[in-house]
Amino acid sequence: MPAQKPRLAVWKFASCDGCQLTLLDCEDHLLAVAGAVDVAYFPEATRGEISGRYDVSLVEGSITTTHDAARIQDVRARSNILVTIGACATAGGIQALRNFANVKEYISIVYARPDYISTLATSTPIAAHVKVDYELRGCPIDKRQLIELISALLAGRKPVTPAHSVCLQCKLKGNVCVMVAHGKPCLGPVTHAGCGALCPSYDRGCYGCFGPKETPNTVSLSRQMAHLGMDEKNIKRVFSTFNVNAEEFRAERQRHDS
Amino acid sequence: MTRKTIKLDYLARVEGEGAFKVVVRDGTVKSAELRIFEPPRFFEAFLRGRSCLEVPDITARICGICPIAYQMGSVHAIEKILGIKVGGPLRELRRLIYCGEWIESHVLHIYMLHAPDFLGYDSAIHMAKDHGDIVKKGLELKKIGNEIMTILGGREIHPINVRVGGFYRVPARRELAPLADKLKWARDAAIDTVRLVSTFDFPDNQRDYEFVALRHPDEYPLNEGRLVSNKGMDIPIEDYDDTIEEVHVEHSTALHSHIRARGAYFTGPLARYSLNFDRLTPTAQQVAREAGLGETCNNPFKSIVVRAVEVVYACEEALRIVQAYEPPDRPFIDGPMRAGSGCHATEAPRGICYHRYTIDDSGSVTFARIAAPTSQNQPTIEKDLTSFVGDWLDLPDKELQHRCEQAIRNYDPCISCSAHFLRLDVDRGQG
Repeated sequence: MPAQKPRLAVWKFASCDGCQLTLLDCEDHLLAVAGAVDVAYFPEATRGEISGRYDVSLVEGSITTTHDAARIQDVRARSNILVTIGACATAGGIQALRNFANVKEYISIVYARPDYISTLATSTPIAAHVKVDYELRGCPIDKRQLIELISALLAGRKPVTPAHSVCLQCKLKGNVCVMVAHGKPCLGPVTHAGCGALCPSYDRGCYGCFGPKETPNTVSLSRQMAHLGMDEKNIKRVFSTFNVNAEEFRAERQRHDS
Repeated sequence: MTRKTIKLDYLARVEGEGAFKVVVRDGTVKSAELRIFEPPRFFEAFLRGRSCLEVPDITARICGICPIAYQMGSVHAIEKILGIKVGGPLRELRRLIYCGEWIESHVLHIYMLHAPDFLGYDSAIHMAKDHGDIVKKGLELKKIGNEIMTILGGREIHPINVRVGGFYRVPARRELAPLADKLKWARDAAIDTVRLVSTFDFPDNQRDYEFVALRHPDEYPLNEGRLVSNKGMDIPIEDYDDTIEEVHVEHSTALHSHIRARGAYFTGPLARYSLNFDRLTPTAQQVAREAGLGETCNNPFKSIVVRAVEVVYACEEALRIVQAYEPPDRPFIDGPMRAGSGCHATEAPRGICYHRYTIDDSGSVTFARIAAPTSQNQPTIEKDLTSFVGDWLDLPDKELQHRCEQAIRNYDPCISCSAHFLRLDVDRGQG
């Protein structure tokens, strides 16, 4: 009898579904992955469900309700390896902008009957609630990194996902620097690699969707952006997007909070 | 009075989280509720105070499956405020990237989410064991939609190249040229898809819907057109709020939409097709006729065939654009910031996607409102169940459950968009 295949589960919390869709977007690898694991829980893709324990859980989305805060505890308890996929699960996502505002006001802007809505005042990453074994950055995550992660976990080795900056990826790609040569503000120097330096390859500055790299010098970058003519309000804005709740971006944002 | 409850804890193969409850008493459906409890993310609130140039990057994050729809709605609305008119090759490139999204999103639904219902599998992954060639062809077709998004947008999910006024960078002819041969293959694969799905066994359920879609003088609608219906609506988008109202109901974090005068309406592929058959390419029309579709289609279960016809159209339209492409002089049209309000609607894969913004003279957003197609379709989905479940009460519980799921899946509901988990709860009022 063949050995039992590892059980994979995919979970969703507050999110846009884009990171789990990345798995379905691996058109060339999907059937190979599906052959190497038992897809035990992945409601976006299958009605079938195997209950019990999971070898690997991929978790998308942030925690924004008391129900989800309890659910992630259960997911952790039933998973050997828990991997957060994407900016929502890893940093809280764009919906973490509520952490800097009054959520009651947010509810009343969107909904006619605030009394029907039950939500937490904050959007928090999965790691704020349970132990996380690996994380994939990005809004959305990068396909190649996802396949690398799944292959590594199947082979029982550590995934290779470098923590250096988008800047380095740009240099490797041979891009002309959009900030130095064209004066466009760019978060590349402080942003975690993974996207393949997409924005600078399309003649625009990086907007930081992979979140802070290891030890980013955000203060120095803000100074450079100010030098290029960006005012305080706009410097605050560029750190206030999909990874606004990541520690280093949050701190830099606060430095420009007038 | 007899009483019985049938329960399903999680409706799968939809994008998002929700629940469903049908109450049946003495053989009659008393009520049907599509409960959506996708946690709200408050886009319309945190868009306030953002620069209007950031809006397309932010609204893309409403939905991982149809980010282009949100980017297109917002850039067009903001351009109206700024007085920017995008024409020529830039307008064509926008149609091209939208065709990419239609192909990717429709093919995902046809092969991965919907076909397993008709062929009797839990998922496309299970289906691949017996129908490997079908699933592989579906994946290959979907990949071409994603390639268009990647070349033009930088990546398939949350593209980075869409900008107010156009694009950050436009492709050279040689970058688009390799798509031509792939799109020819894709068009043929899409035609095969129509033929395949038209042989499925469809429940004979239809209703007299009010179909609402865009209509353009010359084109099958993507980015532009008047809002029309088969019951007399024919308005410019600017009249949207006067004609359609949003209602907040307790069982959903997505707002319901109603036509003020008449109530529920139907948006998406069936509506678009039934109101715009004459705007399809001759090949798409012919393939539709061969598949047994009339010029209108009122059976939501056949939406899978209509989606496949739209994929044929999107492949042909994309091919036309790629072959005729001459790069524009500039990647985008610029304009000075000025205060104002503007609205726009485009045809997302799932239907009308409406955006309205107000910005101040520095270009900061002071107001934003976005109506997603699935939230517009919620009342119609509920009415479908109310109307159809009565015909299915003889089915065994498990099949009845599955049939209800399918009735919801006909709409390719994107619950993440509209505000996720569908739990099905059929209360037959027995036992």
